[in-house]
Amino acid sequence: MDIFLQQIINGLVQGSIYALVALGYTMVYGIMGLINFAHGEVVMIGTLVTITVAGSLIKAGMPVALAGLAGLMAAVLVCMALGWALERVAYRPLRNAPRLTPLITAIGMSIVLQNLAMMIWGRNYLTFPALLPKIDFEFAGANFTAIQIIIVLVSAATMGGLLLLVYRTKLGMAMRATAQNPAVASLMGVNINRVIAAAFVIGSALGAVAGVMVGAYYEIAHYQMGFMLGLKAFTAAVLGGIGNLAGAMLGGILLGIIEALGAGYIGDLTGGFLGSHYQDIFAFVVLIVVLMFKPSGLFGEKTGDRA
Amino acid sequence: MKKGQFFRSMPGIGLAAALLIALPFVAALGGQAWVRILDFAILYVFLALGLNIVVGLAGLLDLGYIAFYAVGAYTWALLASPHFGLHWPIWAILPLGAGLACFAGVLLGSPTLKLRGDYLAIVTLGFGEIVRIFLNNLNAPINVTNGPQGITLIDPVSFGAFKFSGATQILGVSLSGPQKYYFLLVALAILVIIINVRLQNSRVGRAWQAIREDEIAAKAIGINTRNLKLLAFAMGASFGGVAGGIFSAMQGFVSPESFSLIESIMILAMVVLGGMGHIPGVILGAVLLTVLPEVLRYGVGPLQMAVFGKMLVDPESLRMLIFGLALVLVMRFKPAGLWPSPERQRELQETGK
Repeated sequence: MDIFLQQIINGLVQGSIYALVALGYTMVYGIMGLINFAHGEVVMIGTLVTITVAGSLIKAGMPVALAGLAGLMAAVLVCMALGWALERVAYRPLRNAPRLTPLITAIGMSIVLQNLAMMIWGRNYLTFPALLPKIDFEFAGANFTAIQIIIVLVSAATMGGLLLLVYRTKLGMAMRATAQNPAVASLMGVNINRVIAAAFVIGSALGAVAGVMVGAYYEIAHYQMGFMLGLKAFTAAVLGGIGNLAGAMLGGILLGIIEALGAGYIGDLTGGFLGSHYQDIFAFVVLIVVLMFKPSGLFGEKTGDRA
Repeated sequence: MKKGQFFRSMPGIGLAAALLIALPFVAALGGQAWVRILDFAILYVFLALGLNIVVGLAGLLDLGYIAFYAVGAYTWALLASPHFGLHWPIWAILPLGAGLACFAGVLLGSPTLKLRGDYLAIVTLGFGEIVRIFLNNLNAPINVTNGPQGITLIDPVSFGAFKFSGATQILGVSLSGPQKYYFLLVALAILVIIINVRLQNSRVGRAWQAIREDEIAAKAIGINTRNLKLLAFAMGASFGGVAGGIFSAMQGFVSPESFSLIESIMILAMVVLGGMGHIPGVILGAVLLTVLPEVLRYGVGPLQMAVFGKMLVDPESLRMLIFGLALVLVMRFKPAGLWPSPERQRELQETGK
């Protein structure tokens, strides 16, 4: 039972990170119908920027908590700029192009960002500065750390903020209108270009927060880390029904928990035949099974016919 | 003479054949490495044309195509290497590899028939990753794939006593291993081009294109969309399986690393960048995307030395950076691909973009 609880906690933490990244995919997809393949790299750059900024500030003698906050701010700003630039360079000129064209530019941008990061930060694994004291808690036989609690709280708060933005502000209303029908929305006076740019910028900011949390959680970072994370998060977004904000959040958390439970129990279930290194398979198997029965995700609306 | 007619005339075919025959000898002047690059370019033409059936003709976005290539490659590697001590002949392995890949294609295709567009893309992507993870981990408790180390000492392609590795003398001309593979691959590529052309204008091909344009309308006019979609997956996959087998024999080594998602994406990029659904465009895309990174590999380092007198940035990452930028720029200025089919070109112009 304690293993079960432990894995649920681990899964919840991992899942809230997935959820934050998944929101970036789902916002862009909901509004433009486009998979932003470069989003994982934005997250990675968020982590690496924090390492540089927070690391050097700590070295300069700044209190750790303040340096961490500065690192987070820097990451958010850099990623927002990056998201804006991505939309401007790689997506806006292709808004009316054939459907697969922006997919290829997205992949191109993802290659560019990864190699830029390698030029700046090198090929080696980087250690994430210890921003929080290591405090362990125990609850019903399961252990968890302060950092895990903070990750869950911060992502919950961020997601709450996003929901408020989308459902309570004018910009949010414009976003929802654009998602439903860009042409009509623009006739109603919505500035489509600004709405789409906003979706990219906000998504990237969420990605930056997620990036900092990944770094703080695993304590290492690498220029290739964005790829798998992005893939999982995208899977989470599709699982929940892509384009649906609540779906992305639930999909992310669900995916995290399934993965953690899967990794914890696969050895017992298969009599030791398959080990926990098959962890990455769960995400995809669950995805395929869910889509077989619910072809547009758990909470997705029916998609159009066009492939 | 109408456009495109030239290569159907006798002198045109003669010229093209002469060029194709001369190419590996010209490339050999720059070293065997270039012949090998040429081999890969043609292997990718083969793969890209296989994927073109699925994506270009039937309009099913497949991001896990490399899985079928992997199935073919591992079939060859397991049945013709010291790993299990088996050395089956090509006549047995290549059809078996194609058959297994075909089976994998149907396996992937059947649960995904209901899915559309991007949902299909992510499921195929997941399928590709599942195959790769299994290849990576099936070394315990029973060692099937030898895990991340991969399988070495794989038999080369051979017909009886005639081996494709090492140099031989044929009619007084010395042919190196890669040059022999080149001719084998060209023969296979021509075969797949003919199949593609024939398919495109056949009843099946037209049905696929109807499904691509509007699935519901296609169904309404009596096209069996389920069977045809499965057929597209199966055919594309079999081509992938054959290519994988040849790859494995040519390299003499396979490991799961060769079958990562980025490879699937590269093949898709070849199809889209060249001009989706248009055979000459796809060939161009495949050759360009194989040769460009290699040219950059040899060009970027010396160029930096010449301009700045020292290595400013790591040439390996600079080369990929330029490659990524090239992808973005081509798509930015030629959204329908470098060499789209005339109909596609017209459609884009008519919609006024």
